[in-house]
Amino acid sequence: MSALTIRDVWKRYGSAPVLKGVDLDIESGEFAILVGPSGCGKSTLLNIIAGLDTANQGSIEIGGRRMDGVAAKDRDIAMVFQSYALYPSMTVRGNMTFGMECRGVPKRQRIEAVDRVARLLQIEALLDRKPSQLSGGQRQRVAMGRALVRDPLLFLFDEPLSNLDAKLRVEMRMEIKRLHQRIGSTIVYVTHDQIEAMTLATRIAVMNHGEIQQFADPDTVYNRPANLFVARFMGAPPMNTLPVRVTEERGQLHASLQDGATCLKLPLMENAATYVGRDVVLGIRPECIVEHDRRFDGGTIQVEALVEMTEPTGAETIVVIRLGGHEVLARVAPDVKLKPGEHARFAVDTRKICLFDPATEQLIG
Amino acid sequence: MPDRTGLARLAIHTTLILLAGFFLVPLLVVVLNALRSNSDIAHTGVIGLPRELTWSNFSRTWSSYCISEHCDGVQPYFWNSVRMAVPATAISTMLGALNGYSLALWRFRGDTIVFGIMTLGVFLPEQMRLVPWVIVLRDLGLFNTISGLVLIHTVQGISFTTLFCRNYYTSIPADLLKAARIDGAGFFRIFGRIVLPLSPPILIVTVIWQFTGIWNEYLYGVTFSAGEQQPITAALIALSARLSEAPQYGEQSAAVLLAAAPTLVVYLFGGRYFLRGLTAGAVK
Amino acid sequence: MTLRERWGRVLPHLVIWPPIVISCAYVLVFSAWTVWVSFTRSTLLPEYSWAGWRNYSTMLATRNWQIAYTNLFIYGVCFVVFTMAVGLLLAVLIDQRVRAENVYRAIFLYPLAVSFVVTGTVWGWLLNPTIGVQSLVRGLGWTSFRFDWLIDRDMAIYTIVIAGVWQASGFAMALLLAGLRSVDADLLKSAQIDGAGPVRMYLRVVFPTIGPIFIAVLVMLLQFAIKTYDLVVALTAGGPGLASTLPSVVVYDFMFQRGELAEGSAAAVMLLASLAIVLVPYGLYRRWQQRRAGSHA
Repeated sequence: MSALTIRDVWKRYGSAPVLKGVDLDIESGEFAILVGPSGCGKSTLLNIIAGLDTANQGSIEIGGRRMDGVAAKDRDIAMVFQSYALYPSMTVRGNMTFGMECRGVPKRQRIEAVDRVARLLQIEALLDRKPSQLSGGQRQRVAMGRALVRDPLLFLFDEPLSNLDAKLRVEMRMEIKRLHQRIGSTIVYVTHDQIEAMTLATRIAVMNHGEIQQFADPDTVYNRPANLFVARFMGAPPMNTLPVRVTEERGQLHASLQDGATCLKLPLMENAATYVGRDVVLGIRPECIVEHDRRFDGGTIQVEALVEMTEPTGAETIVVIRLGGHEVLARVAPDVKLKPGEHARFAVDTRKICLFDPATEQLIG
Repeated sequence: MPDRTGLARLAIHTTLILLAGFFLVPLLVVVLNALRSNSDIAHTGVIGLPRELTWSNFSRTWSSYCISEHCDGVQPYFWNSVRMAVPATAISTMLGALNGYSLALWRFRGDTIVFGIMTLGVFLPEQMRLVPWVIVLRDLGLFNTISGLVLIHTVQGISFTTLFCRNYYTSIPADLLKAARIDGAGFFRIFGRIVLPLSPPILIVTVIWQFTGIWNEYLYGVTFSAGEQQPITAALIALSARLSEAPQYGEQSAAVLLAAAPTLVVYLFGGRYFLRGLTAGAVK
Repeated sequence: MTLRERWGRVLPHLVIWPPIVISCAYVLVFSAWTVWVSFTRSTLLPEYSWAGWRNYSTMLATRNWQIAYTNLFIYGVCFVVFTMAVGLLLAVLIDQRVRAENVYRAIFLYPLAVSFVVTGTVWGWLLNPTIGVQSLVRGLGWTSFRFDWLIDRDMAIYTIVIAGVWQASGFAMALLLAGLRSVDADLLKSAQIDGAGPVRMYLRVVFPTIGPIFIAVLVMLLQFAIKTYDLVVALTAGGPGLASTLPSVVVYDFMFQRGELAEGSAAAVMLLASLAIVLVPYGLYRRWQQRRAGSHA
């Protein structure tokens, strides 16, 4: 059953379009994440779903009901904000019951709901404190508690972890994931952090310039990005993209780099055959270029490249190399010693290569 | 600022003390004269120490001093000012908060025009509004009454209080309002449960400024009331303008002190908020 | 929509519009009315027969107005210059991390809490030659000391300057101090490393940064000066004779005491015009500033 259906939504501010014909179908129980750079329209879309803003065109359906003209408070949704938006003059308990008070929920039910949620989030000890007396992580939990108490059809999260420091962010991320697994609610979550997107989502909607570039599960988005934008946006460090020419040799397709010397064997791709003799963009993730003594099933290619710079991160070393005239990132094991200025050999996993049409930027195969 | 040499610090402190003296002299003079007898002042002038402390100036000024044919002291005028300033301050502040809230957080068509007109209202010279007020008060039958003055000060105060509160309320995070709307709170509930509890700082400043401005006001006070209905500022002018007898500086100083006391006390206790109002108002 | 919801939508409008409408209306209607009256033949009571520009020309020709405007010029310039100077001096001094800063600030600011009437009355006593400063100094032995500006036709206007500066310097100080304190600390450190001494630091780094605040204070003081009324009435009553009268006093005088409503209104409109000459360019300057800041971002 579809929990949220977005159909052909357009939004303009003045003459500038912020959302251009957005279509999205989110199933019940899904953890859908809207991710993209600032200005891509994800927060606008969230506000429109919530009823805080109206679209110029298109429709929103929540739980099968059309939401035209329905006010935010009647949409059976709950929202968690980046700034927590806790009412500063009310206690935690007051914050959680405010919505129920507005709706006229009887006192006994209010108390039950607060106790239930407080136990779930382990914030019973905080119920009588004011927001100013809470830490960042505690405030975030209270904000979630306020949302949980509504027991809504849809949870909306607007960059809830952006205000937390890195360590706290990782903790809260896991808590949110655990909560989702326990309760099984439908979540629409907005973030600019693609790591959050990858770790939390059941499906990711990558947005750019008001359009959805791809809506798929994390694995697909990561390994088979629909276009160059998604390819470069997802993954840190980002996917390497370089211009190559498709050549054919005895029935096997190759991608040859500009220097003419390096040639990579291409995996089986349906549409690649039509591009023989043409220039395309090749995408390969840094973790597919590794230390020379690794082996991959399906054949390993060895290449030689000039090491320009190394960045040891402890768990691995990111190496900037010059391959076929292009600057490319590779990830090697931490104990491999490489020096800038020297030539070295690297193993390439060609199974995960992606090809993109240089004009349309779409994935070829 | 980096630390200064000893000589420089001495110069700074000396200058400050001298200037402080210049600023304090009028206050000291008034306080001291209020404690001196009239003969003492007539003898050595306005600037001097009391030969003996005369506390009776205060009681005489309060209840028996004669001001233009009425000999009840400044008491009635003092209470007139109270009856004028307190309601006007309270009402203009409340309405200012409500208006400021609407202008800041509920965008509606024409709100920039309203904002502009309110700004104009703050700067408009008093004299431009004198005669129209005369007509309005006459038609309402409020001419020469304290209620008339309350009306004037309330209506005129709204321009200032609205602008002031509006500037403050624009700093309320938008997310807070979004959360309240999702929770189902409407216009009044948001004002009462969320905005108002956040307002004490600005309300205190507004009350202090309004009270000070209204209490100290003279032109409308003297135009729209007469005789014993006048506020204390008008009484002060009438009091110093007595030409018939020898001036009684002892009582007059006590009168000045009584007239200035309420706003000075407010200033002493609310000095911090006073300052906040100043800097906030100018950073518009 | 249920009745309750409909009511909920309408009620806020019912509550907020009346006060807003009244406040806006009174500003516009009253100003418009006064402007209109200035073109009529009203004397004691408002009367609506057209008089063209006659009131304006009559007003401009009266001695009262001419003296008043000359005085306004003198007073305005002196008041603004001295208040800014004293305010700036106080601000700079207090900025030197003086102990007891709060006490000093309280002392310099308290005049603002006091009515102009009180200020005028007290300074009237202090500047009175028979009982004030002159008499004190003479009493101390310097028998030829003269400080009788209050009754001197040529100098009376300057007594108002003194009282005005006394009252307003604290205001200028408060704003300028806030400005001084808002200068980026890193800027000062950088200047220190560059070797700037205290004077150069102030002149070349601090003051240019707070330029906009300077101008804001200047404009506020100018409009104070133009609107000055209570102070004159209390201190000199415009005297001796007309020597220290100001336009605002003339307006009141003609409107109420002479029963020349139309001429008084014309004077009021001209007063407003002087105010506009100061405020409108400033408003435009602020707009231009904001636009420039916006385009830089």
